[in-house]
Amino acid sequence: MTSPPSVVVVTGVSRYLGARVAARLAADSRVDRVVGLDPHEPPTALRELLADVELIRADARAASGAIADLGAEAVVHLAVTSAPDAQHGRAAMKEQNVIGTMQLLAAAQAAPRLRKLVVRSSTAAYGASFRDPGVFTEDTEPRAVPRGSFARDILDIEGYVRGFRRRRPEVAATVLRFAPFISSTADTTLTRYFAQPVVPTVLGRDARLQFVHVDDALEILHRSIVEEHAGTFNVAGAGILSLSQAIRRAGRISVPLPEGTLSTLAGVARNVGIGQIGFDQIDLFVHGRVVDTTRLEREFGFTPRTTAEAFDDFIKGHANGSSLTADRLAAAEKAILDGIRRVRAGAAAGGDRH
Amino acid sequence: MARGLAFLRRRLTGGYEVDEFGFDRELNDAVFQPLLRVLHHDWFRTEVFGIENVPPKGGALVVANHSGTLALDALMLGVAIRDQHPEERHLRLLGADLVFRMPVVSELARKSGATVACNPDAERLMSTGELVGVFPEGFKGIGKRFADRYKLQRFGRGGFVSAALRTGTPIVPVAIVGAEEIYPILADVKPLARLLGVPYFPVTPTFPWLGPLGLVPLPSKWLIQFCPPIPTEHLTDLADDPMVVYNLADQVRETIQATLLELLEKRPDAFGL
Repeated sequence: MTSPPSVVVVTGVSRYLGARVAARLAADSRVDRVVGLDPHEPPTALRELLADVELIRADARAASGAIADLGAEAVVHLAVTSAPDAQHGRAAMKEQNVIGTMQLLAAAQAAPRLRKLVVRSSTAAYGASFRDPGVFTEDTEPRAVPRGSFARDILDIEGYVRGFRRRRPEVAATVLRFAPFISSTADTTLTRYFAQPVVPTVLGRDARLQFVHVDDALEILHRSIVEEHAGTFNVAGAGILSLSQAIRRAGRISVPLPEGTLSTLAGVARNVGIGQIGFDQIDLFVHGRVVDTTRLEREFGFTPRTTAEAFDDFIKGHANGSSLTADRLAAAEKAILDGIRRVRAGAAAGGDRH
Repeated sequence: MARGLAFLRRRLTGGYEVDEFGFDRELNDAVFQPLLRVLHHDWFRTEVFGIENVPPKGGALVVANHSGTLALDALMLGVAIRDQHPEERHLRLLGADLVFRMPVVSELARKSGATVACNPDAERLMSTGELVGVFPEGFKGIGKRFADRYKLQRFGRGGFVSAALRTGTPIVPVAIVGAEEIYPILADVKPLARLLGVPYFPVTPTFPWLGPLGLVPLPSKWLIQFCPPIPTEHLTDLADDPMVVYNLADQVRETIQATLLELLEKRPDAFGL
């Protein structure tokens, strides 16, 4: 039962994470066949990565037959988007996240040879409430339905997985609740946010944030496909950065705005189609989100790099655009101290003369 | 000067450590504690007894009476332990969710080491060897009238006891005398409180009459007594037994009430030296 699956279907290969996972599986000699399932054509940048991956251009509904016909032993569901894109908007995002998952899991349920299911989820599954504990374990239930659209989709997606687990208990289902991804090159809503020279924050709030490095997320995904790790796991780098601390480390300048103003701006921005910040981000910046990764580390025998280390890698890739860098401040500090020393030396010399 | 500049640079570049609950040790020691110490030593002239009852290391649950309209007693308890304890331990406070609802206040609370009063957080802190402070009376304690001073209120459902039992953490009862007189509540304007979404709207001799000046606490004389710890390792299996939990909560409550009365005899004049 614990041998690597010979046929793996990966959804969402037109995007970075899906393409990387599929490519790594294709390179793994223990896996015979990797099929990428995506309604969109992968962009040219990812085409090379997917050289050894069979691509089927279809959405989850059309794929229902394909998963059974291919004799898929594992399904990896990564076609989950965290923010609406400017072109298609929220409706398309919900269609893909919720309806897509529903149809894919229905297809997976009907696939007789299926042994493994791996689903991308998010730590947004814990919602955002003022009565929340400071650190979430996998058993924490959300206290209220979150207002962010991504968080709501995540709750729906996990609901479908619960139903799947009931109907196919012999399939090892792994749900990975990822903290926001970060790396020197990752391009997400949050990395774009931190890459701006001036960063809006919520007045009077300093959220505790966690990140996971994309490479560590890929490692966990790969292991959960070729090994067997049934269950739900938080995937995050240990430790935290407060939002203000992260902004300072990145050498950016924060502009605190009242929460109401920020919500209004987010609404306007979304209507205009430049959705940089949505309710998902505002809730994150008001409440913060920290998870416990003990279960992950024990089960996978792997410790992702810490949140601070992962963020350092991001800073390396985004050095331009920062204004208050550590080097500049260190230089300023040295200049001030040298100045004082010179004045003192001058005063002492003057004192000797008299 | 050089140390001050290095501190400033670390703060400006984010080169400091914050724990998973948001506790910022450096900021606490450099900014919060020195400010609170002035209140503790010079304003309230606090005397601390029985500090040896706080374990030198490992988890412990400090349980105290709550009073004073604004929760200054919690902050003063933290200063007492930080300053008087040989190991200079930090007290990790558990606060009401109202504290974490308010902007600015919530972040100051987190940075000073507090978190939401709930069992998962309490147990996590205690099992990682932290000293946790809790005030089971909650708003019933700090919002009571001056006429009811030093009368312990109900201890809720004793959630703090079951958290201690589950982790086998000793409980240290503490009596705090002095906080009742800092903002004596003469009346509570309930409709106004409901309108503002707060548990009570206090009318004191100075508030709201003097405006912001009414926020200056009266300089009462404070006494803090730590009582001998109550061990709980042998009760770990009984954490869900409501009778055991209730009896232990009652024992803690009785100890604090008796100690309060003893301390009051030591302090005949509430505003004396």
